[in-house]
Amino acid sequence: MQWILPDGASTFAGDIDFLYYVILVITGIAFLVVEVGLVWFAIKYRARPGRRATYTHGSLRAELVWTAIPAVTVVVLGLMSGGVWNHVKGRHSAPAEALPYRVLAKQFEWHVTHPGPDGQLDTPDDFTIRNQLHMPVDRAVVVHLTAEDVIHSFFVPAFRVKQDAVPGMEIPVWFEATKAGRYELACAELCGLGHYRMGAEVMVHAADEFGSWTAAQAAARTQ
Amino acid sequence: MTTVAHPSEHTTHAGHELPFIRKYIFSTDHKIIGIQFLLMSLVFLFIGGLLAMLIRWQQAYPGSAIPGAAVLPETMAPGGILLPEFYNSLVTMHGTFMVFFAIMPLLVGVFGNFLIPLKIGAPDMAFPRLNMWSFWIAVPAGILMLAGFFVEGGHAAAGWTAYAPLSANPEFSGVYAGQKLWLLSIAILGLSSILGATNYITTVVNLRAPGMTWFRLPLSIWALFITAILVLLAIPILSGAAIMLFFDQTIGTHFFAPAGGGQPLLWQHLFWYFGHPEVYILILPAMGMVSDIIANGSRKPVFGYHSMVYAIIAIAFLGWVVWGHHMFQSGMNPTLGLGFMISTLLIAVPSAIKTFNWMGTMWQGNIRFHVPMLHAISFVAMFVIGGLSGVFMASTPVDIYIHDTYFIVAHIHYVLFGGSLFALFAAITFWYPKMFGRMMNPFWGKVHWLLTFVFFNLTFFPMHSLGVYGHMRRIYDPTQYEFLQPLMGLNKFITVSALLLFASQLIFILNFIGSWFRGAKAPDNPWEDNGLEWTVPSPPPHGNFARVPTVHHGPYEFSAPGVAEDYLPQSSATRIAVPPAEGRRVEP
Ligand code: HEM
Ligand SMILES: [Cu+2]
Ligand SMILES: [Cu+2]
Repeated sequence: MQWILPDGASTFAGDIDFLYYVILVITGIAFLVVEVGLVWFAIKYRARPGRRATYTHGSLRAELVWTAIPAVTVVVLGLMSGGVWNHVKGRHSAPAEALPYRVLAKQFEWHVTHPGPDGQLDTPDDFTIRNQLHMPVDRAVVVHLTAEDVIHSFFVPAFRVKQDAVPGMEIPVWFEATKAGRYELACAELCGLGHYRMGAEVMVHAADEFGSWTAAQAAARTQ
Repeated sequence: MTTVAHPSEHTTHAGHELPFIRKYIFSTDHKIIGIQFLLMSLVFLFIGGLLAMLIRWQQAYPGSAIPGAAVLPETMAPGGILLPEFYNSLVTMHGTFMVFFAIMPLLVGVFGNFLIPLKIGAPDMAFPRLNMWSFWIAVPAGILMLAGFFVEGGHAAAGWTAYAPLSANPEFSGVYAGQKLWLLSIAILGLSSILGATNYITTVVNLRAPGMTWFRLPLSIWALFITAILVLLAIPILSGAAIMLFFDQTIGTHFFAPAGGGQPLLWQHLFWYFGHPEVYILILPAMGMVSDIIANGSRKPVFGYHSMVYAIIAIAFLGWVVWGHHMFQSGMNPTLGLGFMISTLLIAVPSAIKTFNWMGTMWQGNIRFHVPMLHAISFVAMFVIGGLSGVFMASTPVDIYIHDTYFIVAHIHYVLFGGSLFALFAAITFWYPKMFGRMMNPFWGKVHWLLTFVFFNLTFFPMHSLGVYGHMRRIYDPTQYEFLQPLMGLNKFITVSALLLFASQLIFILNFIGSWFRGAKAPDNPWEDNGLEWTVPSPPPHGNFARVPTVHHGPYEFSAPGVAEDYLPQSSATRIAVPPAEGRRVEP
């Protein structure tokens, strides 16, 4: 049994993982209280000849305690979660200087339009690659996500990023990788018979290497 | 209370025999209809389980031939190897059968029908003929749903949630008649549920025996009553949405297709506006029946009966304002996500009240571990795990990561198998003697309980780990991804456990069928319980009660002072010696 999350590689992965562990501890305690209590009561109060159960209809005080404790706990959890949620997914949460990408999901591949050397979309130096997203490390990127046919879902486990791609909508998703390397991108929403193989890769380059890679790509494509 | 049970026309029939076809086939007797639903939904439970075995095989041994599956046609599994399109149908139909044709009819169709009139002291349902129709409408719905496997293009393959546009456009799915049959079947089944719900509500409101006040109703009846209200309000939304989707497919409307100006998210809103109340339809009756059984097993009144009732009502009410928690990552406005997160987290509060009150009921009891009690305690132990995993998903940032992974699959199964199905095993073994007049074999009952409990946990607990690693749900072949490779060992372990879990159910099937013919004759009140159903013969005659009973006590007066036995039937005239202590309003 494994309850430890795999390594994260984005700026907000730590915040999400922290919340996960907080909930793991809280629910872990509740789990133990209930399961141990059940087993203990089952053994202690098992039927034996000559015993009789205590006749009681309950205790208002006890019930108030076990209403209040969960109520306070979940409200605190809600407040903690709200902040992280706004930071990650809020409508205007993407950093202004984030490098823009456009991703079109279609059965069963990802078309990734890179901004090119000028760092802007919808300019002549943009280029599109199938099933590969190249990005620099330590720089926020914002993906404008859309789908051509059915709903897909853009999932990069290491970045703790997941966002459905919906035909007819364009949804911004931002993230900032903290470690260079190769990561897997998976489709997380059932999208048809090839859903299971709708994978792609995210290549995170060191900053200087990314510059030269982009320039080389753009040059190769304009020839 | 002025409610009086009116002996219906049927009690007058009790004397002379009805012809076989009216008595057992087109019966208007609520008990026979309950048993008809029982047999039908157990068959679907079995089929659903069988599909799950194919799914599990593929997860552990992707692309290898399933032993014995070579009998399947080329369009499903050529050479015994599942095709991806058939795998998607399997996932879709497993969920569909389990939710709509197994758990829901087992809880509502079977126990709503069987228990409500007997437990409130009524001769039958308010509308017996409507009741007959509710069963006979469900049958063609089931046949249509099965037929989908045999049509060209295969069965529906867009998940039990049928997200559009995949479900709306055959061009994208390759599925033609299958999805249409699915939608028709769902709409027809909805009609059956609506008829049933109308009947239950009317019956509980109008046909309670004298003295059966609202706060003397057993919690099972409270839960079924509130559930019926949920059914009445939720099902029409699903039916409406299904009809819209059917039109998108057949007559070229564009409710959900962006190409014609439609909105895919509209389907999700409609589906989950039904779907979340639906999951409470699938748990509230289970909670109610478990409350009855835990009080019986503990020989103690339910701890905090009134708060148990209010918690049922609170859960049902909150259930209408949380549907968006299924859509956190859907592209819905993220600000809405905050509101849905808070309302969802609040549901943990009434759930906690119920859990601790069940424990409070066992506290200082004198617990008898009969088979129904073992299943009922397991229900509490497992439901808690499902409720707690819900907290992870309710926290929107954590949900970003675990949404659409096996973590969700683990959650669903802890609430629906660990919760609802364990409660159903408790209820079936508890009321079997009343239904069939015979006892189930207690030894094999305990063996079945133990094996099910062990293999259930070995199957589903590790799925949390898969989810924590990011393993997506509904994927045909996990070996496609590098990051899932290390999980294949766990996948195999789960599959072996699942096969053993399925095999253990054969014991239940044999016990169920065998006891019907060879079980020991059941006395009227084998569990020494207080409910009105235990004052009549097993099985009760047509019309149930020879005389309309008068109710003097609440449903859970176990071990009351001044009473010789440790139970006190609701209709007994014996008085309790001292009123119960501590500032709680109790109707003795
Ligand atoms: C404390 C109580 C509960 C909480 C906080 C909770 C929370 C949630 C959340 C947030 C989701 C969506 C997760 C996602 O897809 O990312 C979910 C899914 C689900 N829940 Fe619960 N839940 C609770 C109890 C229940 C109960 C009692 C049932 C059924 C008896 C249930 C059945 C389901 C099902 C079937 C799904 C998955 C639907 C699908 O995508 O196929 N839940 N739950
Ligand atoms: Cu997909
Ligand atoms: Cu829900």
